[in-house]
Amino acid sequence: MKSGFRLSFWLFLAPVLLWLFLLIVLPHIDLLLLSFRGENDMGDLVWTFDNYKNFFIEPIYWNTFVRTALYAIVTTFCTFVLALPVSFYIVKLARPRTRGFLTVLLLLPFWVSELVRVYGWMILLRESGVLNYFLLKTGLVQQPVEMLYNDATMIMGLVYTSMLFMVVPLISAMESLDDSLIEAASDLEASRFTILRTIIIPHCKPGITSGAIVVFMLALGNYLTPNLMGGKNSLWFTEQIYNQFIASFNWNQGAAFGFLLLLLSSGIIWIGLKLSRQRLGEVAA
Amino acid sequence: MKKITLLTAACCFFMATAVQAETLKILTWKGYAPQVLIEKFEKDTGIKVEATYSNNEEMIAKLRATRGAGFDLAQPSQDRISSVQEKYKIYQPVDYGKIDAKLFIPSMLDAVKANTRVGDKSYAVPFCWGTSGLIVNSDKAADADDWSALLDPKYKGRISYRLKRPTLIAMGYALGYDPFALYSDAKGYKEMLDKVAEELIRTKPLVKNYWANGDALLESMRSGEVFVAMAWDNGGWKLHDENKAIDFKAPKKGALGWIDTFAIPAKAKNIDAAYKWINFMMAPENAGYFTSQEKVPTASLDANAHVSAEVRANFERSFPKETIDNIKWYPPVPAKLEIMEGKILDKIKAAK
Repeated sequence: MKSGFRLSFWLFLAPVLLWLFLLIVLPHIDLLLLSFRGENDMGDLVWTFDNYKNFFIEPIYWNTFVRTALYAIVTTFCTFVLALPVSFYIVKLARPRTRGFLTVLLLLPFWVSELVRVYGWMILLRESGVLNYFLLKTGLVQQPVEMLYNDATMIMGLVYTSMLFMVVPLISAMESLDDSLIEAASDLEASRFTILRTIIIPHCKPGITSGAIVVFMLALGNYLTPNLMGGKNSLWFTEQIYNQFIASFNWNQGAAFGFLLLLLSSGIIWIGLKLSRQRLGEVAA
Repeated sequence: MKKITLLTAACCFFMATAVQAETLKILTWKGYAPQVLIEKFEKDTGIKVEATYSNNEEMIAKLRATRGAGFDLAQPSQDRISSVQEKYKIYQPVDYGKIDAKLFIPSMLDAVKANTRVGDKSYAVPFCWGTSGLIVNSDKAADADDWSALLDPKYKGRISYRLKRPTLIAMGYALGYDPFALYSDAKGYKEMLDKVAEELIRTKPLVKNYWANGDALLESMRSGEVFVAMAWDNGGWKLHDENKAIDFKAPKKGALGWIDTFAIPAKAKNIDAAYKWINFMMAPENAGYFTSQEKVPTASLDANAHVSAEVRANFERSFPKETIDNIKWYPPVPAKLEIMEGKILDKIKAAK
């Protein structure tokens, strides 16, 4: 009986393990090896650290990374600021029946692909687009305004694409918050801000952190939104990896950038966890 | 129990026959395998055609990833074959005996043979050709007639180009260099690229966006958001059909001429079908249909009679004799240059 259980356990686990090993671990090992290879002056392939060195010597590369990381942090923060009241409303204020409806409303945009959503925004915002048409009609502006191709629009797009991933963990964290705590605080004449700072946020901390990690990683690894909505100034780090692989045929450099992205983003998250005095295990639980 | 075995056997049998139905997998550009021609080919030969749309860089990357497997036929530009072949060995030599040479314009076939030679073998046959130049909205920018229009403050916010190597070369011409002559002189080429980068960064505020998708560019020209763009000739002609003010203009310094080819990946499975497709596409009536549809001329010798009158009119309007003679044809790209160009392109895009 027991051995039968063990057998079926491994049988069911096997697809997962195979999936992880064949499609994730193995290619990464290959990429890791690639990232330490490079051409010397004679054009022969040799083992080298040059690909990693390039990142730190060439200001374009690490500047792009710093820019990408900063914007990803800004995106995460904006998403949090927007998602907190939304999830508070859904959990505490909305009636049970509207709650389901509101959650579906949040989910709905994710039924179409990200590409379609981004193009939707582009149709709305472009110079000859929907929004400009109405602004001109109502006489609010005389000349059409170009709303695409700048950093603010790009961040808005990123926030829009990642909203859901912040709202859902916040909702589940807030559900366990006891209403009487808030009532008691109000009775003691605590201001709304104090309630938010001392009761709601500390209680939701695990939800906030897990949401923030997901949103940060999604924004950092996004390729479509910065590329399409950011326009001419929006060199995102992922685009640089793409360029190395596709445009320059330099897979070695591209692989090195990929691993640097992995390491540096993990580093940023580690710092974030240290600063908020949490451990990854608690957040995941 | 027996039923299940039978059923499985039957399933296996059907799957096997499904696999046996011949397919031809083509890695090509959008529009290069029109649906009508695919259907005609399937009817003639019984071979199913699967087309995957891509561009030069992605074609090379895809074939490199599989070391030349997964496709039976690819259509890279002729200047991107020899150095790539030397390094990654993703194609196999073309057996010119299987190609119906009578169908081709002889000078073009010879030129592509010469340009794609590695060792003593050649790796491609020509399919179609065209140029990069300017698409101009002459209502708004009547005097834009050379590459320098892309740097002109007069058209602030109304300029668009791709941030890819052809733009660097066009700008090289605009600044008075001869980029193709510098191909063999890496140092001189680097100097030119630095100058080009400096100029493109300085004029960055004039650019509306760097277009990445041909349809998106046509849309911004159509809606009047962009007046001057660097783009392919057939895009300009498509717009000219809708709005007479917009047209393709060959720059004074010479349009950049490319030839797209047929090349056979190293591990192609269905080589016979690939040769059949090549000869099929080059047959005058099929090549003519393709040209009428996509407004791209081919290397097919007698296709002209099958090309629609408007398409020929486009061509004659944009390319009088001396303009054709002035076309700068891309020579094969040396491998070293591409890494250099990649860095410069990143630098331009990252600059504020």
